[in-house]
Amino acid sequence: MTVTEPAPSESDLEQHFEHTIAKDQRIEPRDWLPEAYRKTMIRQIAQHAHSEIIGMQPEGNWITRAPSLRRKAILLAKVQDEAGHGLYLYSAAETLGGDRGDLTEKLISGRQKYSSIFNYPTLSFADVGVIGWLVDGAAICNQVPLCRSSYGPYARAMIRICKEESFHQRQGYELLMAMMNGTRKQREAVQDSVNRFWWPSLMMFGPSDDDSPNTAQSMAWKIKRHTNDELRQRFVDMTVPQAETLGVTLPDPDLAWNADRGHHDFGAIDWDELKQVISGGGPCNTERVERRRAAHEDGAWVREAAAAHARKQQQRKEAAA
Amino acid sequence: MAFDNAYEALADAHDDARWAFGTGFDNPLSGVDTTVPSGVDGEDLAQYCLMLGDDALVLSHRLQQWCTRAPELEDEVAIANIGLDLLGQARLLLARTGRADGSGRGEDHYAYFRGEHEFRNVRLAEREHADFAQLVATVLVLTTWRLAVFQRLQASADPVLAAIAQKGVNELTYHRDYAAQWVVRLGDGTETSHARTVAAFDEVWPLVAELFEPHDVERRLDGVAVDPAEVRAEFDDVLAQVLSAATLETPVVPAKAGVAGGKGRNGRHTEQMGYLLAELQSVARAYPEATW
Amino acid sequence: MTGEWPLYEVFVRGKRGLNHVHVGSLRAADDDMALHHARDLYTRRNEGVSIWVVKAADIAASSPDEKDPFFAPSADKVYRHPTFYEIPENVPHM
Ligand SMILES: [Fe+2]
Ligand SMILES: [Fe+2]
Repeated sequence: MTVTEPAPSESDLEQHFEHTIAKDQRIEPRDWLPEAYRKTMIRQIAQHAHSEIIGMQPEGNWITRAPSLRRKAILLAKVQDEAGHGLYLYSAAETLGGDRGDLTEKLISGRQKYSSIFNYPTLSFADVGVIGWLVDGAAICNQVPLCRSSYGPYARAMIRICKEESFHQRQGYELLMAMMNGTRKQREAVQDSVNRFWWPSLMMFGPSDDDSPNTAQSMAWKIKRHTNDELRQRFVDMTVPQAETLGVTLPDPDLAWNADRGHHDFGAIDWDELKQVISGGGPCNTERVERRRAAHEDGAWVREAAAAHARKQQQRKEAAA
Repeated sequence: MAFDNAYEALADAHDDARWAFGTGFDNPLSGVDTTVPSGVDGEDLAQYCLMLGDDALVLSHRLQQWCTRAPELEDEVAIANIGLDLLGQARLLLARTGRADGSGRGEDHYAYFRGEHEFRNVRLAEREHADFAQLVATVLVLTTWRLAVFQRLQASADPVLAAIAQKGVNELTYHRDYAAQWVVRLGDGTETSHARTVAAFDEVWPLVAELFEPHDVERRLDGVAVDPAEVRAEFDDVLAQVLSAATLETPVVPAKAGVAGGKGRNGRHTEQMGYLLAELQSVARAYPEATW
Repeated sequence: MTGEWPLYEVFVRGKRGLNHVHVGSLRAADDDMALHHARDLYTRRNEGVSIWVVKAADIAASSPDEKDPFFAPSADKVYRHPTFYEIPENVPHM
């Protein structure tokens, strides 16, 4: 028996939603939620998922050439992890109605973005270590607060991802330590890689707060927990001593401890470069999207075959019944 | 909450369980008695380990090349899993080689510093996959064959080989299952997929006979090695089942000849092998003094 | 699109004595594929783990608060598929 109750008004629903967030409780898939929240959430999760998947490419580039079998196994496992991360996240997006096929279309048609860092090329095996150390490191800074995101499925996916990310960072750092203890050529390769990835890593945190229009709403909805600049500062403060231990120089003459602030000061970021990379002009944008598109399109006949086989099996079962 | 500073987790002691995939990256044979059993010729045993190790290393390489190219993300994960398992088998076997031949050389020496003619893998393992049908056809054939060999190898007089085989049997069963399911889906699926799968088996089949030709080393290692001719019936039986479920027929195509009497097991490879090794070995050889 | 695979929900029992709990979803063309992928992705192929997969479309959804008018009204859309369970810490390798 169904008892029909009077439907709550839009503003009641909205109030209930805001109240849930204010109490620091999670929003779950069956909850009523404002359309803008749903859209923002889907976009954020999708772009995060895209980043995991596109992020497989720069490192995947070196799996077949890894110079020891142990490094090869670690790298293959790491890149495979990233595929898993992408899947957890697409799965979270599906709970909001974000269809994976549709999101993939948006990625390969350039309508949705992914992290700008993956538009830089990997030019030596040292990049595998530096990406683990700096890029996964920056990702951890960005992602740890997301374990408390207001959207339940996203927060749960992030918990699992963060656990795995810390190992990504550690394997990268360990590789760099081995290389810094190796030959002069190896040490030069590490420094060269740090020179190339340091500034793009800082750009991973996005535009500065003055230039980040969506931050306020995202903070209010507890989709975001810290501003871009706060996270960037935290990353710099954590990384400087790690660089010292490693024996590499971070390519910023203005980098210095500021005792008054209790933080490191650092030089100006080239925002024009970030804009250029985000708007498609990075060194590898075309190649990254093209590869993803090719895999998706080349795989279409395979996915269709599996679906056709499943339909035939179903028909056979029904015919036999 | 515990994850407020994930950096703290970096200081944790080794906790392999938290690696999402593949674990045990260190010292594959630690704790196992690696003495060559008395009465076994070390040089022959080393050659045999190279054969089985190279099969796994080279097929794993072909699977690694699929990374970021799989038809669906779930298959990305599955293909990497198979590649990782095979890489793990290769590492154990190459490490065994270095003990058996008395040189004490590590796995990386064999992977990175041998020439093409010194590799002992069957030629099917090095074949490039032009599409997903070729990938699953190749994996089905090779894992069915290898699983049958490894099942017998569990009773090897060499305890290390027996242990490696035991670990491998579970993995290979899983690989064979993955490939067999896909062959059935593709064979039965659409007209396109059926045609591609027929073509894939036509490409693969000429290199199948080679899998069952015993090498002198295998003959001499009685009780240690498995005679591959012994597993032909089992292989045919499994393939017949899968092909029939996939609405495919066993290809009727002539076997590929060897070169000057030699095939993969003798170090006579296809033209693709040189490119594969150029890729595999390039960084290691560019930094010969390096440690990683 | 003919090649689109249905969404499956994955439930895992980490060890004997525990319930199956929802851990996430994936896409697969058929049940066998869903099981294979679930084992790869959500259990890291842990042999001792029991897995259920079920098509999301086949799940009838309800929750203790269902009568609460603040839940969205219908249960017929994919995006309302239930993700009721927290991932418990004791599920291995999660
Ligand atoms: Fe990741
Ligand atoms: Fe990562």
